[in-house]
Formats: sequence, structure tokens, C-alpha cells
Amino acid sequence: MNAPAGNRKAAGFFAGFLVIALLVAGGLSYFASSDPDGLDSVTLSGCDVVETDAGEQLEGACIAQNATDSAAAGSPLADYAIGGVEGTVGLAGVIGVIVTLAVAGGLFWFLRRRSAGD
Amino acid sequence: MVATSQATLAMHMSDGLVNAPTAVGFGLVAIVGLAIATQRARVDLDDRTAPMAGLVTAFVFAVQMINFPILPGASGHLLGGALVAILVGPWVGSLCIAIVLVVQAFLFADGGLTALGTNIVNMALVGVFAGHAVATAMRPLARRGRTGLLATAFVAALVNTVVAAAAFVLEYAIGGAGGASLATVAGLMIGLHLLIGIGEGLITAATVGAVAAARPDLVHLLRGRATPLEVRGAGEPA
Repeated sequence: MNAPAGNRKAAGFFAGFLVIALLVAGGLSYFASSDPDGLDSVTLSGCDVVETDAGEQLEGACIAQNATDSAAAGSPLADYAIGGVEGTVGLAGVIGVIVTLAVAGGLFWFLRRRSAGD
Repeated sequence: MVATSQATLAMHMSDGLVNAPTAVGFGLVAIVGLAIATQRARVDLDDRTAPMAGLVTAFVFAVQMINFPILPGASGHLLGGALVAILVGPWVGSLCIAIVLVVQAFLFADGGLTALGTNIVNMALVGVFAGHAVATAMRPLARRGRTGLLATAFVAALVNTVVAAAAFVLEYAIGGAGGASLATVAGLMIGLHLLIGIGEGLITAATVGAVAAARPDLVHLLRGRATPLEVRGAGEPA
């Protein structure tokens, strides 16, 4: 096992890493480009996105016309907004970071090789 | 059919872009791949690397939210394959990206649920192992010094992005729902992801460089091969 000093150093590094992830998801996310990403650009190629009363519609011929709504579309965090409220991407991101850390950290801690004495 | 487009924050494959047999087939590939990864990941996980892997996963989730512009009207975001392969190894890394994709699909409706198999194959399996292959090939350079490490991270990330994009093209070729010719899809996917790969390369190099400066012992690529013959428990005979 690590000496206590090594543990403290590791804890400091891990805490810093987490703070950066929280700042990126909670703050930098407000400055992210809202243009379609590479895949969406390809699936939208050939279509025009038209604003209508019923929301955005695709006109033309493109792959994205085959896209169906996710069964999770009703999630309170769908599309990185809390309950669909604009301007909540940061909080949604922070929740996402914490959930991701809990799931991944829990799985990896469970899977790890146990050191002597555990 | 009339499609109401998902919001621009959707980043991964939606449901319906490939037909059902293709979705199921790649779902099975994803399950088998992740089962193998779970088995093989154990050797790379200990009291130090398990928390690191959890944080790397959360970091990838965060950075995937940051779409950066690549062309007028088009953006890109980190996939993270080379990043996780370099920091925590390919088996743990595959699980990292898969967890990000599962959280995004179920909680954020980003990436369809039936498309989860294809998304996992593209980014968590193909992307991670493409990045891992390049990083491993360049490891002698990466070990020579900081510039070599950054160059390795950049190139591995660029390749991981383009190869993951090519995996989508393969899925579209096998069972695409239609709407665009295969040649168009292939050309656009590869071309756009060459540009996105530059961003992926810069983010990956910056992140790996920062971790290596603070804790080089937490960079899997620099530690070298896993040590499967290491004694698993003090009580077991070696």
C-alpha cells in the first residue's frame, strides 16, 4: 500500500482532476458550438432544417429523416437540459459528471485486484 | 416520414439510422466485446488505477459536451478512444467509453437506445483499440520524452477519430436506412472526422501531457505492459 503521504498526493491529484471535469461540464459547456457534429452533419446532408409550429422539420432527402426519437427522450435530463429549461446545460453536465463518476468508479473499484489486507 | 429533428446537442447515432438486424448484430458485438473487456480490465485495475479510471470516465463525459467548430455550420467533439487507451489501457478504456455512452443514452437521450450497440462498437471498441494500436506502435517514441509523448497522443487520437467514423460507414454499408449514397456518406464522414481528429488530437495531447507532468505513474502507456503474472493476493502461491 501507499504511504499516507503518497495517498494524500494521490487524493490531491484526483480531486484536481474531478474539479476540472466539473468546470468543463458545468461552465465551459455554455461555450460549446451548437452546430451539428460530424455525424449529424453527414446524416443531415441533403436536408434543410425548417422551423415550423410543430418544431424543426427536415425538408429534402437525408439519412436523419429515418431517425426516431429515443425511448429516453422523456428523461428529465434529455438534451442536456433540466426539464427542457434553457440555460441549464451546466447543471445537467455537473449531474452527468457525478453520475458517470459514480457508475464508473463503482464498477472499477469492484473489479480491481484487491491488495493484501483488503 | 416526418422527422422532428433532435436538438443540436445530440452527438451520437440516433435510433433508426441502420435497420433492426444491423442494430441487433452490432448490439451483440458490443456485448461480447464489453464482456471480454471486463475480464481483461481486472489486471489493470488496483487501488490506484481504479479511481483514476473512474475520473477519466467522468472527464470524457465532460469533454464530450464541448463541441468545437470545425467548418462553418459543423462542429466536432472528443470521442476519447486514444485518451482512455493511453491513460488507463484499452480494456479499462473500452469500459470507460461504454459507460459514458450508456449514461448519455439513458439519462440525456443522446444516442438512441437501439443504436447503443453501434455507438459502443464505433467509439468504445473500434475507436479505443485503433488509438491503442497506434499508441502502442509509437510507445518507444512516447517514452523518449515529452514531445514524443504528445506526438503519440496526437496521432493516436487523430487515427482513433477517423477509424471510428469509418466504422459508422461500415454499419451504413451493411444496413443503412438510406437517405444518402454510400460514397457520399464515406467521403463526408472521413473528411469531417479528419478535421475533428485534429481537435481530438490536441485535446488528447494536452490531457495526457498534463497527467504525465503530474503523475507519470498514472499513464498506462508509460507503465508498459500489464503484469499478468503479478501475484494476485498475498495468500496465493506465486
